[in-house]
Amino acid sequence: MSNTQLWTLIFVVITFSFYIWIAYRSRVSDTAGFYVAGGGIPAPANGAAIAADWMSAASFISMAGLIAFSQNGYAGSVFLMGWTGGYVLLAMLLAPYLRKFGKYTVPEFVGDRYNETARLVAVVCALVVSFVYVAGQMSGVGVVFQRFLGVDSTWGVVIGMAIVFTYAVLGGMKGITWTQAAQYTVLIIAYLIPAVAISLQLAGNPLPQIGFGAILDDLDGLQRDLGLEAYTEAFTQTSMMNMILITAALMFGTAGLPHVIVRFYTARSVRAARYSALWALFFISLLYTVAPAVGAFSKYNVLSTIPGTGVDETPAWFDSWMEVGLIEVNDLNANGIIDVAGVGLGPGTELIINNDIVVLATPEIAGLPAPIVGLVAAGGLAAALSTASGLLLVISSSVANDIYYTRINPQASEARQLVVGRIAMGAAILIAGYLGINPPGFVAEVVALAFGLAAASFFPILFLGIFWKKATAVAAAAGMTVGIVFTLGYQLWTLPTFFGNDLILDIPATGVGTIGMILNLLTILIVSQFTPKPSELMQKVVEDVRYPGRSELVVAHAEGTLHDGGAGLPVDGAGAHPADPSEGRDSGPER
Amino acid sequence: MLDVEQRQRYWKRNLRLMSILLVIWALVSFGAGILFVEPLNNISLFGIPLGFWFAQQGSIITFLILIAIYVWRMDKLDAEFGITEYEQEVHHG
Repeated sequence: MSNTQLWTLIFVVITFSFYIWIAYRSRVSDTAGFYVAGGGIPAPANGAAIAADWMSAASFISMAGLIAFSQNGYAGSVFLMGWTGGYVLLAMLLAPYLRKFGKYTVPEFVGDRYNETARLVAVVCALVVSFVYVAGQMSGVGVVFQRFLGVDSTWGVVIGMAIVFTYAVLGGMKGITWTQAAQYTVLIIAYLIPAVAISLQLAGNPLPQIGFGAILDDLDGLQRDLGLEAYTEAFTQTSMMNMILITAALMFGTAGLPHVIVRFYTARSVRAARYSALWALFFISLLYTVAPAVGAFSKYNVLSTIPGTGVDETPAWFDSWMEVGLIEVNDLNANGIIDVAGVGLGPGTELIINNDIVVLATPEIAGLPAPIVGLVAAGGLAAALSTASGLLLVISSSVANDIYYTRINPQASEARQLVVGRIAMGAAILIAGYLGINPPGFVAEVVALAFGLAAASFFPILFLGIFWKKATAVAAAAGMTVGIVFTLGYQLWTLPTFFGNDLILDIPATGVGTIGMILNLLTILIVSQFTPKPSELMQKVVEDVRYPGRSELVVAHAEGTLHDGGAGLPVDGAGAHPADPSEGRDSGPER
Repeated sequence: MLDVEQRQRYWKRNLRLMSILLVIWALVSFGAGILFVEPLNNISLFGIPLGFWFAQQGSIITFLILIAIYVWRMDKLDAEFGITEYEQEVHHG
């Protein structure tokens, strides 16, 4: 076992014992604790948990490389603006109101606000989005174990499954929230230490966000000398229209992701939900403003040392990544030198660099000691496993709460619901593990598809559900269906893994969610004009959600006692209307 | 509890605040980061072309400031309308 492996093992064991200890300390015995941590999480901790939940292996391991290498700088900004911009929408348009509405899941909001058909569509979407993500996380776990500990990647996934199972099943949302807050701490420290070190080394400035300005000019020059387009130049990789479409799809997709939205239900109050969004973006921006700097520094390092170097004279960090196949050198013209000038990087050239190595290789490039390398590996695992556990919770709550409790056995006792929730989570972990060991092979495309679907299906119904009292149930179901079918259809039609047809109007599969979302909005606006309006009572609940202070109507709704008029409020029309939410829980699925 | 007239005033103020902040949100990300990136790139800040900076860091920093202004103004708005129970737990069903 090498020095690096030893340190990785030490950090992994320490951090994981810590996570499991936290889960044990915050174990739960009721459904409110299991699904929404009893709603009692303070805003800063909730914000850190949102940040860890949402920043996955992709943000931690891949993003810097994606920006710098495959997107050549500027074009990679879609990830930076798109993923963070969604939080502005969440904080202002959704989080406080959904928190006040006071339920467990996104499908539950849809079911209450609209009707059961809409809820079912929402459940299907939530399951698809979550499984796709979780498969990616699990295979990421396997890769980190394989690369840093020399464990077979299948065994890596199995170890990851066992760990997630322990703390997710034991602690539910409460355990996961506190575990994720701890995981955030580990991952951000692991990200910042090498970034600061490399910034000091290359720019003489400990702040990577500012330090990377010092090398940008040189980087642009290096790229031009090699016959590549400048790093900071706009629209070299994508057109202006595609930048807008992809950025918007990622923004509205983030604002519609079920595992992020559910986080605002864990906030202590409406005010805490607003603050949670602020804390979440603050914690996320610590990583997201550093990532472009790490990418630029790494590309600068590679381009200033590697091109023109003899094939046998490459530095040690380069060789070790070449050994595991993540850097490829093909001396196409057999002159013994790595030629990049005039040919560029990537497939079919002499130098191919995998996006995933940039962050993991940074400490080695900067010549940092083995313990730091181990810490970065532990941070990558924290990022992957925290997201995996959050997604598993969405899966289990969709199955146990929205399918079992609502549709199969509404009389189920609290204890029985918990058992079903835990069984659902166990089953979800097994499926996730299987998908992690046998990744479908088109994970990147399907993740893009999931974001597009979240934007095209969830955002309009959530937004209009709050801001437009007259949005009807039929319109919501129709809107979601139109959004999903259009987006999914276009993506399947164009993705090379499926039908591989030419793009229509040059619209990329990653950006089509924006158009699906607009179609969804239009459908709801039009269909609502011709279909039965929501009941007076529902319209009143929707209106009450907008105002501060305690509303008897909203509390009665949240507690599920609205139907009997116990709050002493007008109930005329209740029970007679197809869209009446008060029927959701008690009268079963049939209308 | 607010009366009907107070509620209308509160909601109007809230919508106005949101509209202003969302216009800035769009101007910084889609505007400075994408539509006007090329002219802005002629100006440099710490060696970083300005349009490129907005696309990679400036927009994120602005988003953070926008949410900070939002939570601060909403707290003030709540206080102005005499809302004291806003830290109260909202129950789950």
